[in-house]
Amino acid sequence: MARTKVIEIEPLTRVEGHGKVSIHLDDNNNVKDARLHIVEFRGFERFIKGRPFWEVPVIVQRLCGICPVSHQLAAAKAMDIIVGAKKLTPTAEKMRRLMNYGQIFQSHVLHFFHLCSPDLLFGFDADPKVRNIFGIIKKMPDLAVQGVMMRKYGQEIIKATSGKKIHGTGAVPGGINKNLSIKERDGFLKDIAKMKEWSLGALALARNYTLEHMEMIQDFAAFNSNHLSLVREDGALDLYHGNLRAIDAEGNAIFNQVDYRNYNDYIMEEVRSWSYNKFPFIKSRGQNDGWYRVGPLSRMNTVDFIDVPESRKAHEEFKALTNGKPNNMSLAYHWARMIEVVYCIEKIEQLLHDPDLQGDDLLVKGDRAEEGIGLVEAPRGTLFHHYRVNEQDQVTYCNLIVSSTNNNEAMNRAVTKVAHDHISGNPTITEGMLNHVEVAVRAYDPCLSCATHALGQMPLTGELYDAEGTLLERKSRTI
Amino acid sequence: MKRRAIEFKIDGITVKGSAGQTVMDVADQAGIYIPRLCDVEGLEPQGSCRVCTVKVDGRPAAACTQPAAHGIDVINNTPEILSYRRDLIKMLFQEGNHLCSICEASGRCELQAMAYRLGIMEPAKYPYLQPVRPIDASHPDILLDKNRCIRCGRCIRASQQIDRKNVFGYIGRGINKRVGVDGRNLADTDVDVNDSAVAPGTCPVGCIIMKRIGFHEPIGQRKYDNAPIGSEIEKTRSGRGKE
Repeated sequence: MARTKVIEIEPLTRVEGHGKVSIHLDDNNNVKDARLHIVEFRGFERFIKGRPFWEVPVIVQRLCGICPVSHQLAAAKAMDIIVGAKKLTPTAEKMRRLMNYGQIFQSHVLHFFHLCSPDLLFGFDADPKVRNIFGIIKKMPDLAVQGVMMRKYGQEIIKATSGKKIHGTGAVPGGINKNLSIKERDGFLKDIAKMKEWSLGALALARNYTLEHMEMIQDFAAFNSNHLSLVREDGALDLYHGNLRAIDAEGNAIFNQVDYRNYNDYIMEEVRSWSYNKFPFIKSRGQNDGWYRVGPLSRMNTVDFIDVPESRKAHEEFKALTNGKPNNMSLAYHWARMIEVVYCIEKIEQLLHDPDLQGDDLLVKGDRAEEGIGLVEAPRGTLFHHYRVNEQDQVTYCNLIVSSTNNNEAMNRAVTKVAHDHISGNPTITEGMLNHVEVAVRAYDPCLSCATHALGQMPLTGELYDAEGTLLERKSRTI
Repeated sequence: MKRRAIEFKIDGITVKGSAGQTVMDVADQAGIYIPRLCDVEGLEPQGSCRVCTVKVDGRPAAACTQPAAHGIDVINNTPEILSYRRDLIKMLFQEGNHLCSICEASGRCELQAMAYRLGIMEPAKYPYLQPVRPIDASHPDILLDKNRCIRCGRCIRASQQIDRKNVFGYIGRGINKRVGVDGRNLADTDVDVNDSAVAPGTCPVGCIIMKRIGFHEPIGQRKYDNAPIGSEIEKTRSGRGKE
C-alpha cells in the first residue's frame, strides 16, 4: 500500500492570526496535496444573533485587532440601511473615509515593514535568527523607524476618528459620533509631508524588488485567477464604497457595477470539512472555475484608474508591466499594497484640507428597514457584512464573508504550487523550504483568525508522519 | 424642627452634620467619597451592595444606611476595606456578563468606573457564572439586558418612590434573586420612557438602555473618561489635607 507522508507547518508565522499548512507527499516525496488550514472557530455569525443592531459595529470589529475599522465600517454601512440613512452627511461620510484610509495605511505598513520585509530584504532562505523585524531594526534602523512611525500615524488617525486606536466606536448607524477638531487636523498636517515621502520610499522599495526579481516572481506562486473588488461608478479605486466588479484572468468582465446589496445573486460559499474558512466563488463560473482573488493585487487589476496623482502614476506603471492585463503574480501583492499606501496618504491629505470634517451634522435616519448589507474594501480585500433585524431591533441573521475568506482558494493554490516547486522530490525538510511556503501565504497578508499573538511563543514546526501517523521527522525553530 | 448638630471623624478628619443623616450623607457633604453602587441621590438607601462598607467604631456597617452619630469613629479608606470592596466588585463582574468592550454603557458605567477607581485590572479568582438571561426587547424604546444587572434595586426604588409604579421588582431569593417586571415582559407593563426608573443614571450599568442610542457619545467625552467616579464629590471638598 502506498504510504502518505504529511508535513505540517504550524503555526504559520508573520501572518495575522493562526493557521497551519499541511503538505501530503507520496513515497517518492512528490507533493500530492497541500492545504492551508484555518484552525480556529470564531462564531460571530451565531452569537451576534439576539443583540440589538446598534451594538453590531462595535461587537463584530472584535473579529480583528488589525482591521477592526473595516468590520466596524461594513457593519455600520449595513446598519445605515436598517435605520433608513440613505445618504450620510458629508461630515459623517468623510470621517468614515478618513478612518478607513488611516486603517489601511497602518495595516499595509505593518505587513510590509514588520511581516514581509525580512523575506524580501534578507532572502527567503536567510537565517531565521536574522530574518525578522529585529533583524531589520539592526541592519536598517532608519527603515524600521519609518515603519513604526508610519503605522503610528495611521493608528492616530483611527483614534481621532473612532475614539481609540483599536476597537473604537466612531461609526454608528446613520453616521459618526464625532468630527475632527482643528487641533487634531493640524497635528496630522504637521507630519503629512514626511508620511508621503516615506510612503513613496516604501513604494519604490516594493516596485524595485518586484522588477529586479521578475524572473522569480512571475513564477513563484503565480497562477491565473479571477479578481474581484468594489470600484467607483466611474471605475476609479474606492476603498470605502462602490459597486462590485469581477474580471477573469485575461481582464474580461464577469460582472460589472453590480449593486453589492445583490451580492447573493453573484457569489456563493462552499464549505470544506478540513477548514473553518469557507470557499466563496462566483456563481456564474461554478465551484471549480469561479474562485477569485481580492485585495491590493485584485484592486489594481479591477480598477480603471486612481484619482490622486502619485498613486495614479504608480498604478499606470503597474498595469503597464502586464500590458494592461491582470497581474496574476502572488508576490506582486507587495507592490500593489504599497501603491495603496501612497493612495491612502494622498487621500488623507486631501481630506485633512476639507472643512467638512469640522462639521457638526453627524447623523441621519429615515424609514426603518429589516435587512442591511454593507461592503467595504478592507486592507486584505472585499469585506461583506449582511444582517437581518426584527421589529424589536434584534439581529436575527448574520453572514460575513471576510476578506481572507475570499482569498482562501487562492492561498491554497499558492501553497500547493510552492510545495510542488520547492519541496517535491526533496528528501529532507529544510527551514528555508518551509519559509518558501510561508512567503507565498504571507503575500496575501491573510488575517486568519484576527487573534492576538504570544510574542516569543510561536515555534515554527515541520513534522513528517507516515500513513499510520507515526512521527518520522520533526524540525522546529523558536523565534 | 432643627436637627441636633453632630461631629465625628472619618479617617481622622473631623466632619460635621446633623442627627438623622447617614454616615454617607455627612461624608458627601464634607467632600469625602465613600464608594457605592446601590445608593444614589434621590432614592431611599437600601444597603444591599455593601460596597460602601466602612468600620464604625470598629464594626463593619453600610455607610448609606448607618445613621451618623456624634463622636463615632469611621474608617473608610484602609487596605483591608479596599480589599473587601474589590472582592465585592469582582464578584459582581463574575456573576453577570459584563463585557465592557462591547457594552454601550462603557465609559459611563458605575461598575466599570468603580473597578478602575479601585485598581481592579485583572479577572478575579472566582469562576465566571456566565448567566444566560434572555434580552427583553419587547418595548419599542427600552431594552433590558438582565445579563448585566447587578441587582442594586435602583430601578425598583425609582419606580416605587418617584414614579409611584411597580414596573420593576425582585423575583426569587439568594443566588436566584433577580429583577423582574410587572408583566410578561416590559411592553406588558405601564413603564413610560419618561419614568425615573429608566432615566439615564438610574441603572448604574448597561441593563436598562434606551434603544437606538448606542454609542452616540464618543470616547473621550463619556462621564468617566476624564475623571474617576467619586471625583464629583471630592471636588467639593475644601482644604483637603489640612484638616
